[in-house]
Amino acid sequence: MTDLVTQEQVTETPVSAPARTGSAWLKWFARRFGLAVLTLWLCSVLVFFATAALGDPVRAILGKDYASSPERAAALAAELHLDRPVVIRYLEWLGGLLTGNLGNSVANGLPVGELVGDRIVNSAVLVIVAAIVMIPVAFGIAMVSANNRGKRTDGVIQIVMITLAGLPEFVVGILLVALFSTTVLHVLPAVTIAGGGAPPWSAPGSMILPVLTLVIAVAPYVARIVRSSLLEVLDSDYVELARLKGVPERVVMRKHALLNAIVPGIQVIALQLAWLAGGIVIVEYLFSYPGIGASLVDSVRNSDFPMVQVLAMVIAAVYVAVNLVADVLSILFTPRARTAITS
Amino acid sequence: MSVTSVMTTTRRIGRQRRLATGLVITVVVALIAIIGPWLAPYGETEIVGKPFTMEGSWLGTDYLGQDVWSRVLAGGGSILVISVLATALGMVLGIVIGVVAAYSGGWLDEAIMRLNDVALAFPQILLALLVLTAVDQPAAWMIVLLVGFSHAPRVARVARGVALGIVSRDFVHSAEALGESRLRVIVAEVLPNMNAPLLAEAGLRLTYSIGMVAGIGFLGFAANPGAADWGQMINENRLALLVQPWGVLAPVIVIGIFTVGTNLMADGIAQLAGRGDR
Repeated sequence: MTDLVTQEQVTETPVSAPARTGSAWLKWFARRFGLAVLTLWLCSVLVFFATAALGDPVRAILGKDYASSPERAAALAAELHLDRPVVIRYLEWLGGLLTGNLGNSVANGLPVGELVGDRIVNSAVLVIVAAIVMIPVAFGIAMVSANNRGKRTDGVIQIVMITLAGLPEFVVGILLVALFSTTVLHVLPAVTIAGGGAPPWSAPGSMILPVLTLVIAVAPYVARIVRSSLLEVLDSDYVELARLKGVPERVVMRKHALLNAIVPGIQVIALQLAWLAGGIVIVEYLFSYPGIGASLVDSVRNSDFPMVQVLAMVIAAVYVAVNLVADVLSILFTPRARTAITS
Repeated sequence: MSVTSVMTTTRRIGRQRRLATGLVITVVVALIAIIGPWLAPYGETEIVGKPFTMEGSWLGTDYLGQDVWSRVLAGGGSILVISVLATALGMVLGIVIGVVAAYSGGWLDEAIMRLNDVALAFPQILLALLVLTAVDQPAAWMIVLLVGFSHAPRVARVARGVALGIVSRDFVHSAEALGESRLRVIVAEVLPNMNAPLLAEAGLRLTYSIGMVAGIGFLGFAANPGAADWGQMINENRLALLVQPWGVLAPVIVIGIFTVGTNLMADGIAQLAGRGDR
């Protein structure tokens, strides 16, 4: 279950030849970076007002105790500075965010920074391992598919990919658990077991299913996009010319098609990486993986506002940063692709 | 639509195997969700035996001893209704945003799409969770709004892209030259020409809606605790996957079949609309 949004930034930004010269390049980057910062700031507004301004935080935190103990409600309201105007609270929160003072968790009083630090690392490892596995798999599938265009193999791959792309990640995850750990086979652990604060990768076996779930959720999209850009290149005139010159099909695929599929590949991989930052919410919860996703679900359940706000900002920041990097990489790769396509 | 064009449309749908398969699957699952409650052998909350055993009808019992099969039959309605409404809301909002942006152009377009990018920086499920933090017990309409709103920026991108290709065409200019109002130009000239790609987008959004609504239930934030609901059932019976897998697998499989159906349908429409060979 992922989202395929076509990346417009790249097509919008002028990538004419002068962009390669130093100052123009710097100008483009400054503008793009400024936009990223602006986006992130607007994100912080959205996060703060979606969590703090809607609803009644004190009531949500106390739940049933709200009516029975007004003094606790008053104490909590004072602790959250609810007596101050919401704009002032936002500015204080933003200031804290920028200076690294993230506040304390409402659920257990510990500093948020301490609680999320390890978990960010754990989630990053999960996402990166998933990406490392996913990229070659997706490109491989796309190449096999493009090589056999219109044949039975291609058809079967297409149907399998569409089917997998439709499945929500928790459906994939639960089916994998049933298949490999509880019901059919009993070969892999169903939950992440890493006792005593040890990182989850100290028990690599328990990372297999979460990684596999993420790969299955994302690979179909990447494979599809790469396949269609491969086909586009394979149909182009210069590939035809290479074939007429007698270049073997294998070399055509490797040297001409694959290189030109890199740019659309980068874009879609970036989108999917950014998507993974959200996809881990459900996958980590399902496998009790000690990352920010599982943490977010717990915090939402406990109405732990400081935690939710920080975690949401982390996820938004990952998205913005990944897109920024992808745009820069695309621009770096594009001139070659452009000359190749237009010649 | 004339009779012949209806016939050609039906023929085209028939030839489009993905669309036909997707449509059949979607309709069957939707029918189960709609008429299921009347087919259920036991009541939604009726205790039919000990928890997590194979008592009751063929799928055994759940965490309270309720009949899994009856709850599967009873638990689709809420997901179906919430998903369809959320999809409709997201489509309408997104199309309005996208078409207004494309048609007005200039700084307004730029501003709208930049704000849109901000909303895109959040994974959809995160937007929903953010608001649920402040809510003690979510109501069904809230989930419709949350899922619908989270679709809007994504639909807006597609709608803007499609509309951009139309607003510059001759018939729009001639309508403008005839002095038609802007609203009329949008409603009468631009929107009717956006049908096919938007229909495909709607199918895709329905797929995501089902996944999200069920996912919210799976995370334990369903609107109606205790009621039969496919997403919520997974959450309730999850810990007993080893003992009584059907309490979890039955709702998981139905949700999976449903989303595969809607996704195939969306894909088939996209192929018909000629959005490249996919």
